[in-house]
Amino acid sequence: MNAHDTRNNPEPLVDADLAADHGLSPDEYQKVLDLIGRTPSFTELGIFSAMWNEHCSYKSSKKWLKTLPTTGKRVVLGPGENAGVVDIDDGQVVVFKMESHNHPSFIEPYQGAATGIGGILRDVFTMGARPIAAMNALRFGAVDHPKTRHLVAGVVAGIGGYGNSFGVPNVGGEVNFHKRYNGNILVNAFAAGLADADKIFLSKPTGVGLPVVYLGAKTGRDGIHGATMASAEFDDSIEEKRPTVQVGDPFTEKCLLEACMELMASGAVIAIQDMGAAGLTCSAVEMGAKGNLGIRLDLDNVPCREDAMTAYEMMLSESQERMLMVLDPTLENQARAIFEKWDLDFAIVGETTDDLRFRVFRDGVEVADLPIKDLGDEAPEYDRPWTMPVPRPALEHNDFADTDIAASLLTLIGSPDLASRRWVWEQYDHLIQGNTIVRPGSDAAIVRIAGHEKKALAFSSDVTPRYCDADPFEGGKQAVAECWRNLTASGATPLAITDNLNFGNPEKPEIMGTFVRAIQGIGEACKILDFPVVSGNVSLYNETNNEAILPTPTIAGVGLISDLRKIVPSGFTNISDIVLLVGAPDTWGTHLGQSLYLREIHSREDGPPPPVDLEQEKQAGDLVRSLIADGLVNAVHDCSDGGLGVTLAEMAIQSGIGAAITPPQTLSPVAAFFGEDQGRYVMTARLEDRAELWDRCEKAGVAIEEIGSTIAGELKLGNADAIFVKELQERHEAWFPQFMNM
Amino acid sequence: MKARVLITLKTGVLDPQGKAVQKALGTLGFDGVDNVRQGKVIEIDLTETDETAAYAKVSNMCDKLLANTVIENYQIELLPDGT
Repeated sequence: MNAHDTRNNPEPLVDADLAADHGLSPDEYQKVLDLIGRTPSFTELGIFSAMWNEHCSYKSSKKWLKTLPTTGKRVVLGPGENAGVVDIDDGQVVVFKMESHNHPSFIEPYQGAATGIGGILRDVFTMGARPIAAMNALRFGAVDHPKTRHLVAGVVAGIGGYGNSFGVPNVGGEVNFHKRYNGNILVNAFAAGLADADKIFLSKPTGVGLPVVYLGAKTGRDGIHGATMASAEFDDSIEEKRPTVQVGDPFTEKCLLEACMELMASGAVIAIQDMGAAGLTCSAVEMGAKGNLGIRLDLDNVPCREDAMTAYEMMLSESQERMLMVLDPTLENQARAIFEKWDLDFAIVGETTDDLRFRVFRDGVEVADLPIKDLGDEAPEYDRPWTMPVPRPALEHNDFADTDIAASLLTLIGSPDLASRRWVWEQYDHLIQGNTIVRPGSDAAIVRIAGHEKKALAFSSDVTPRYCDADPFEGGKQAVAECWRNLTASGATPLAITDNLNFGNPEKPEIMGTFVRAIQGIGEACKILDFPVVSGNVSLYNETNNEAILPTPTIAGVGLISDLRKIVPSGFTNISDIVLLVGAPDTWGTHLGQSLYLREIHSREDGPPPPVDLEQEKQAGDLVRSLIADGLVNAVHDCSDGGLGVTLAEMAIQSGIGAAITPPQTLSPVAAFFGEDQGRYVMTARLEDRAELWDRCEKAGVAIEEIGSTIAGELKLGNADAIFVKELQERHEAWFPQFMNM
Repeated sequence: MKARVLITLKTGVLDPQGKAVQKALGTLGFDGVDNVRQGKVIEIDLTETDETAAYAKVSNMCDKLLANTVIENYQIELLPDGT
């Protein structure tokens, strides 16, 4: 049988119903008909559905994403390419992005998460940057939901399996549990790479008649319509969506990395784009549209690993570890030799044209002829209706009983959202490449820049979804501020962020409202903190049976450390240091709305989230950074989830050193120790530096209060019973392994 | 009764291990190997004597644990005792 014979497998008739099955609304299908003036072929319908779905076109989010600040004095390249590029001095740049792989990870957690890592790594090395760090922000359903443990085990193993094999250190991230993720988990993967500023590669080609080259692994029938799935709500028919999951091979990806690096150094690459969602379609259309060129593809030359693949299947396959490149034709032989050396496919599959059409041929027959700009950068864009989220009423004073501080702290520190994540990160190779300075479990992970004595990068990923649910605007601000604060506490100058916006169905005005307000909050924080967005990803339709996830705009930030010798740990360092609370307008805690204390101790998720005063945040952060740089502090940890009590406990757990803390008698101890007021840092310092610290804080207009001192072996909060640090450590470490071994 | 379960990857699912075996065969001089796909065999001794019941039980095991039905197929073979 002729491998290309599709006569026994006639293509289905294209009509509005089939278009609807492909996720195109009646209006969108009409737009297709108007645009091309005829009924599309089956392959063309597939191409439209891939390009116009939410995942590729950002049709619901584009209007709002444009409002985010994306420029800054260190920003080399903002959103629009595979990843953002930021200057880190000495002619070097850091290239980074975060991207979701939520839907595939729910269906097949190991492969879904693994290919998520593969995809984000390719985004980074497509631009010419060698990956140096990865992080993962994970959200799972309630701990008592029957699927949760299976999903945690699969996702963590998948991330480890791919990342460890590829050889990138997994240095940080987040893990949260909440019942609103029962039907839609979130797997947000971040990667950062290093490149020389003058050796960045883009997906925008120039020149007509240049060869379009297919690189990497062969094409199979995996993941066909993965991108369309990622833009659909789940329902009980989810079982049928299963075969769309693709399987990755990290060893091929490692070869692809090395081959691409070599190819880029050879000067043969004019433009390059990785094949991610909607594979060949998306990469070819994006390259053509960006370069104002047409693309002509001849699918007969595409390397396939299965027989009789149709044009439709080839155009929509999401087989992993593939790239598309526009090649300098004079260097074809050298380029081919490099790929053959790494045992990867290299095939010329088309050329750039000047007709702005996307034309696809199979067996000599033209199976698609479409306007490339309308598919790509001029795809539909919606201004979806949205409603203003309703603010949560403030908590009434005294409407819950105060509890014992020591007992509450022990409960909190061993609760699912605060317990040690060692079980997770020990499965990740966080040390490979030999540059990891600060390992997971601190405020921010720190990775040294190889070849530099003192330079390093700090990475942190943050968002507090329960705050975003209660007030998306404040929650959006808080996510950015906390990321900025974590980088600051590690001694880094925050540079820029990538945002991974996970929300429910944008066609519902109340969900769209949370999305709009969260973006507005993120934008405001980015502007005031001078912390621009350089890349990002939007994941909508995270709903199951009409219930949406908590709004989760994950913010991953990168900071620059110019002198590694000056950083201080987040745990206590000496006994008899003074313990200082720096930064908040009200130095001790006051705000219990949406706190973990309220949720874990009183089972209530009430009230508004703590507000973020961005001007104050900036003042405090800038001061903290200068105190670290000047060697005036011995330890710094930011105050976040769980409030001051949990912050102090974490500092004790990290170090084995305790502290005695004395709040004023007039304060409510519960609010003082568990209020989650923002913009605060706990620091320790030598007693003899007291005067200078007060002087510096006064000049900067930042509040400082001495709240106690470090002592050996136990943590004593006010009048509560002292807790042995060892007991805190045991509680903190116990929960995760126990949960996974149940 | 003994059950023998054969688990294979679904058609079209990438098989890196099979690919590595294929390549190794080529390196060792075995030419003419067009494709290699690998899977696994699991043998289970059951106390169940009724074939229908045994089959149902093993199917359930496959769905729940032995096979990843997202990417794998399974076939069950029941063997009388003594084989």
